[in-house]
Amino acid sequence: MTIAILSIIVLGGLALLFGLLLGYASVRFKVEGNPVVDQIDAILPQQQCGKCSYPGCRPYAHAIANEEADINQCPPGGEMVILALADLLDREAKPLDMELKPTNEVRLAVIDEAICIGCTLCIQACPVDAILGAAKQMHTVIAQECTGCELCVKPCPVDCIAMIAIPLTIHNWKWAYPSPPTLQNPMEPLL
Amino acid sequence: MIQLWPFHGGIEPKSYKTLSNQVAIKKAGIPQFLTLPLLQHIGEPTKPVVNIADKVLKGQIIAHCENEDCSLSLSAPIHASSSGTIVAIESHAVPHPSGLNAPCIVIATDGNDEWIERFPLPNYTDIEPDIVRNYIAQAGIVGLGGAGFPSHVKLVHNNIDTLIINGAECEPYITCDDRIMQEHPADVIVGAQILLHVLGGAKNCIIAVENNKPQAYKTLSNLAQGNIAVVQVPTLYPMGGERQLIYTLTGKEVGRGKLPASIGIVVHNVETTRAIYRAIYQGRPLISRAVTVTGTGLETPQNFEILLGTPMEFILKQCNPKSNLKRLIMGGPMMGFSLPNNKMPIVKTTNCLILSDKEEVKPLQMPCIRCGACAQACPINLLPQQLYWYAKAKDLKKIQEYHLFDCIDCGCCAYVCPSHIPLISYYRYAKAEIRANEQESKKSESAKHRHEFRTFRLERIKAEKKARLQKLKSKSNASKESAIKAALERVKAKKQAIIIQHLIDNSSDSHLQ
Repeated sequence: MTIAILSIIVLGGLALLFGLLLGYASVRFKVEGNPVVDQIDAILPQQQCGKCSYPGCRPYAHAIANEEADINQCPPGGEMVILALADLLDREAKPLDMELKPTNEVRLAVIDEAICIGCTLCIQACPVDAILGAAKQMHTVIAQECTGCELCVKPCPVDCIAMIAIPLTIHNWKWAYPSPPTLQNPMEPLL
Repeated sequence: MIQLWPFHGGIEPKSYKTLSNQVAIKKAGIPQFLTLPLLQHIGEPTKPVVNIADKVLKGQIIAHCENEDCSLSLSAPIHASSSGTIVAIESHAVPHPSGLNAPCIVIATDGNDEWIERFPLPNYTDIEPDIVRNYIAQAGIVGLGGAGFPSHVKLVHNNIDTLIINGAECEPYITCDDRIMQEHPADVIVGAQILLHVLGGAKNCIIAVENNKPQAYKTLSNLAQGNIAVVQVPTLYPMGGERQLIYTLTGKEVGRGKLPASIGIVVHNVETTRAIYRAIYQGRPLISRAVTVTGTGLETPQNFEILLGTPMEFILKQCNPKSNLKRLIMGGPMMGFSLPNNKMPIVKTTNCLILSDKEEVKPLQMPCIRCGACAQACPINLLPQQLYWYAKAKDLKKIQEYHLFDCIDCGCCAYVCPSHIPLISYYRYAKAEIRANEQESKKSESAKHRHEFRTFRLERIKAEKKARLQKLKSKSNASKESAIKAALERVKAKKQAIIIQHLIDNSSDSHLQ
């Protein structure tokens, strides 16, 4: 009988101790925010284009984390992002949402400065503050900061914004993947 | 005789050096047009400081570093190679593996070759090393061994004890350094003394020459004195690689991702050393360089002293090219690259042009058989096979774990591969892809910050507006209330006054009665 009481006391005591420890730890080491959201956000291309129907990459990351959105709604990210998200969240990878058009290459917005009337509508639309200008003054795109999201194209009342392919220079050129060997395509000789 | 430390691997390809090393360096002359790219070195491009139709003199700076003080930036100014008129500042084909155009300054030469006023520093020993270093930076001198690293960056004196002058010239075909050492040994030795002064307390200087250049070794050792030693090193490719040469001479290895300066060593090329001598003693900036023009496609291959910006066509013509030419390579056969045409200019990094008339032997690429010959040949002790698998599978994470970025692109692995796999092409692809990804993630990180800041700003503006409205509202409320209160008080006071008046009137009335 005493053994039974003793064991209840000991086990109960241990349970209480661990319960208190866990309770303290949950307060002391509380994680602010959802770490999964940060991980998802890090994978997304940060164009902030809103093509996923969310107002930016972070809201989309939130939606994915809460299982409100699918992982195949990011056109600029394309297949790479879908695969990375599938890997991270242990979900089935699937092709890009059929309703969304894939945007393969990153492009650059260019304002035709002769046509621009200085209405500031594009400045208000740009999610990354990459357009410079003031009311009734000419606007221009800061090329290094433009993510190619195309959000500025529609609001323009005079249609002076064009999306152009980023020109290839010796600074952004890169070595291509070696073409697979075939009988017609032997290796490049060295000597 | 100092002890040598043989490095791992390496290959001994056929040298083909006798094609061009038998005759003296010839001056190539002044072409009609000089095309000078704004970027001829590793680092930031320069910006033009001349306009179209400006007259320029030989040695005048035509494009300067973005930063006013060149000695602080990874850049080197560009000088006019001859006198003439600026006719264009435009995109032009440049010698680059991409075959793309890049901004250039074009000078129409006047044939007078008229120098700008020069200010040599023959009494450099009386001048602060830093001022001499700045002078070298202003002279536009970059590594002439082929990489084009701005020289002044490698001349900062922080505990350097050994200066190595690299005269190994290990790639086949190239002989320009050999000829420089034979013809201008005094320039090289004096150049080394200048470098020792600039480096502040460097104790030793070793001039390393491969043992397939006995003539160069002899002429240099006859002149070398004091703390300058000339050392013969074995002929083994890639002996001229900076890290390989340092190991061979000192037995020291440079840490991963570090510069040789971290172990107190600085390496400069033979011709760079001569260019520094000429800058200090003659006030001559880097406006020309020695180039080996060789290959089986030429009747008379030889070395030339060529003004920078000279079209390759102009030089090749002087070597009696054969008809039916197949291929033009800039740089050596191991690390160089093919050029699409001969209209491109000679730049600071052009050490060799190889023109071939033969249809190259094109062995068929076969699958990897895991023989391990590449690992035996790798001078950095990497595992080229593993790197190949991961590059082929585009596994860019794993390939970095196998230290892809320690690879120096020397090509030994591809040279020995019995399956003729173009290993270097795979590594180049992987390196370029990783660098591009890094750039991209940097950009997306900045886009994220900008977006977050914008959201924050919009919210702040909204909150401020709201607060302002609130304030206005409460202010107007308060004023209204106080106005009502005041009015009420006024009315009250008036009433009181009337009552009092009334009372007084009454009392006076009663008195009267």
